[in-house]
Amino acid sequence: MSENITVALAGNPNSGKTTMFNAITGAHQRVGNYPGITVERKEGTYKHNGQNVHLIDIPGTYSLTAYSLEEVVAREVLVDEKVDVVVDIIDATALERSLYLAVQFMELGIPLILALNMMDEVKEKGIRINSARLSELLKVPVVETVALKGVGKEDIIREAVEVARRSGREWKPLETSYGPDIDPILTGMTHMIEAAYFMTQQYPARWIALKYLEGDEKIIAAGRQIGSIAPKLEEMAAKVEDICQRNYNSDPEAIIADYRYGFINSVLRQPDVLVMESHQRFDKSDRLDKVLAHKFLGPIIMVAVLYAVFHITFTVGEYPKGWLEAFFGWLGGTFTILLPEGLLQSLIVSGIIGGVGSVLSFVPLIFIMFALVTFMEDLGYMARVAYMMDRVVRLFGLHGASVMPLIISGGLPGGCAVPGVMAARTLKSPKERLATIITAPFQVCGAKIPVFILLVGAFFEQSQAMIMFLITLGAWAATLVVSRILRWTVIKGESTPFIMELPPYRLPTLRGVLIHTWDRAWQYLKKAGTIILAIAILLWAAMTFPQLPASQVEKFEEQTKAVEQEVVAAAVQENLSDEDKAMLLEEKLSEIKAKQGEAALEYSVAGRLGHAIEPVMSLAGFNWQTNIALIGGFAAKEVIVVTLGTAYSLGEVDPEEAGSLTERIAADPHWTLPAVLALIIFVLLYAPCFVTVVAMARESSWNWALFALAFNTGLAFVVAVIIFQVGSRI
Amino acid sequence: MVKSMRHMCLNERAVIKAVAANRELGRRIRDMGLVPGTEVLIVGRAPLQDPVALRLKGFTLTLRNSEADHITVEMEG
Repeated sequence: MSENITVALAGNPNSGKTTMFNAITGAHQRVGNYPGITVERKEGTYKHNGQNVHLIDIPGTYSLTAYSLEEVVAREVLVDEKVDVVVDIIDATALERSLYLAVQFMELGIPLILALNMMDEVKEKGIRINSARLSELLKVPVVETVALKGVGKEDIIREAVEVARRSGREWKPLETSYGPDIDPILTGMTHMIEAAYFMTQQYPARWIALKYLEGDEKIIAAGRQIGSIAPKLEEMAAKVEDICQRNYNSDPEAIIADYRYGFINSVLRQPDVLVMESHQRFDKSDRLDKVLAHKFLGPIIMVAVLYAVFHITFTVGEYPKGWLEAFFGWLGGTFTILLPEGLLQSLIVSGIIGGVGSVLSFVPLIFIMFALVTFMEDLGYMARVAYMMDRVVRLFGLHGASVMPLIISGGLPGGCAVPGVMAARTLKSPKERLATIITAPFQVCGAKIPVFILLVGAFFEQSQAMIMFLITLGAWAATLVVSRILRWTVIKGESTPFIMELPPYRLPTLRGVLIHTWDRAWQYLKKAGTIILAIAILLWAAMTFPQLPASQVEKFEEQTKAVEQEVVAAAVQENLSDEDKAMLLEEKLSEIKAKQGEAALEYSVAGRLGHAIEPVMSLAGFNWQTNIALIGGFAAKEVIVVTLGTAYSLGEVDPEEAGSLTERIAADPHWTLPAVLALIIFVLLYAPCFVTVVAMARESSWNWALFALAFNTGLAFVVAVIIFQVGSRI
Repeated sequence: MVKSMRHMCLNERAVIKAVAANRELGRRIRDMGLVPGTEVLIVGRAPLQDPVALRLKGFTLTLRNSEADHITVEMEG
């Protein structure tokens, strides 16, 4: 009894599987990703009579074929991780469809328990399920549960331990009929596989044969690796395919599926198994959809809901974000005082504290946004958003579920691409998701706003609101057009089938939402934090080294001394008070300091780079100051304002109040209208900030993140050049 | 009367006759329970008439018209 057992929780999406997992494991759970892919992996433990039960929450799927990542993972976990028992959580209100997955577990033969979940809703709907009879007919233990209330969780564990003990790791595949055309060949193939020990270490022989008939790419590919009887099996499968096409104008896969449903129906049609007491019972979800998914009301409500999500995220999130920023500001200030002026101070204050601060200040936004998105997803509303928006965004190669991530990224100005990119996880179609992730950073995030306000303020004093609105429209146009182009080129291919469930509206538990949200925030902190810190230090170094040569520093020191003397002399001559004298001195000194800052920046790697790329960037009308600012903007877009300030020797500029910089830029003859427009477009489109790049890499791969980095910057450059060159000639 | 699922109207009821889709699309359709003999009821259409929402086997499903094209239904009565 002391041996640990491993239990896998399986089930359809929206079956309450994760809720049950949370109910059983409580806080004893770990969340991660399967290596190399974004499918989430949850594990936990539970003690039952002194025995450790190890639980794995496998991804929700409708089937065990090998098309989606989730399905492949589900299958691999069952086989590779020596799972003792599978608990299939079944939405008992949709029993027939849910059993389709159960039958596939039975074909695999892995010890199985069916948990009929949502039994409360079943009763409410006037459905009677005789679970004892169902268990008898399927020859599988059946327990009744209500995951939301934790009802039945002990029964699941007790049964699991019992089944694990009884089965002793032996798999007993279900042998059901798939009709006269398939059965004989299936049996023949099974014997061949058994005789050749072909993959029988991992899978039951009959199951392998079935997968060959179904044309399962994974199994066929694995078979080819081994060789042996693989070509013969493929040949036999092809023959069956021919027969089915000729006789039924259908493929074996479809026929097998029909027989599976047939098997399920033969069980459910037995007297007393499933009784519908009333057919047309009042259904809350249908009523709600009459309004929430209504042709006209639906979209209006949706816009209101999305706006609310956005508003809550960025207004409520602003407070903790502000506190964190204030804290890091204070911390920076403290270290500025504690440490002597110099490199170490600069590294710790600007590099490390600034870098860590930039990472942490996103956490409240991620937390709130994910809490709301998880809530809406678990509620069932996200599926309705996808349903209503799909027709429109499909034109651009996206999916209905792309809308939410795009809005969070700044589709309503002031968002943030970091939580936006992370929200794209709710998208299950790989191509559409990638296109969403790559184009989401085009939106007007909160950090770009100060830059636009600066530029718009300097040149379009009359129509600021109008221009900001046009920029937002431009961002949407860029997102949609570019994703269309990407889906025609690098991410081309048929759109993934849209077919999805519109789950009944169900109020999620606060606990479930919080657990999920906390996992996300923690993962972001843990993994992204380290990389982001490294890049922050790198950027700091690029803008600091090499330092001004001693001769130059001396010159500034001489100037400082001269100014001090000058002020002292002036004070005596004009009989200034001590206060006035100090003010005058301060003013003169900060002027020199700002000049020194400009010189130091120009002398640094970043400054040299800014100069070096000037011949190219001047095609778009950018001078070296702009170039440095744009390099700095890779850290965070609002840094553009700060860096421009330094480059225009204005010293420290507060990005929120950049009035002096606005005047300075407006007065600079270099900034013509085409040059400003080119810069606005460039800032809108170019490389996402590195926090976003890291998030993109986590949600797709480093290759795609680097692609986005290069592609978006290239695109920004080309568009900016066109605007500047054409604009300058008109 | 036999017709394509695309041409079903709101609140219309029908039984699936055939599903003429293979590979991934065919699999998805079958995984979700859209197999011959299943009764479906159209419960809604998105603002631009597409996708369509339908009820079957006790749950609600949505799919695009381009996917409904592969499904032939027989009207009841």
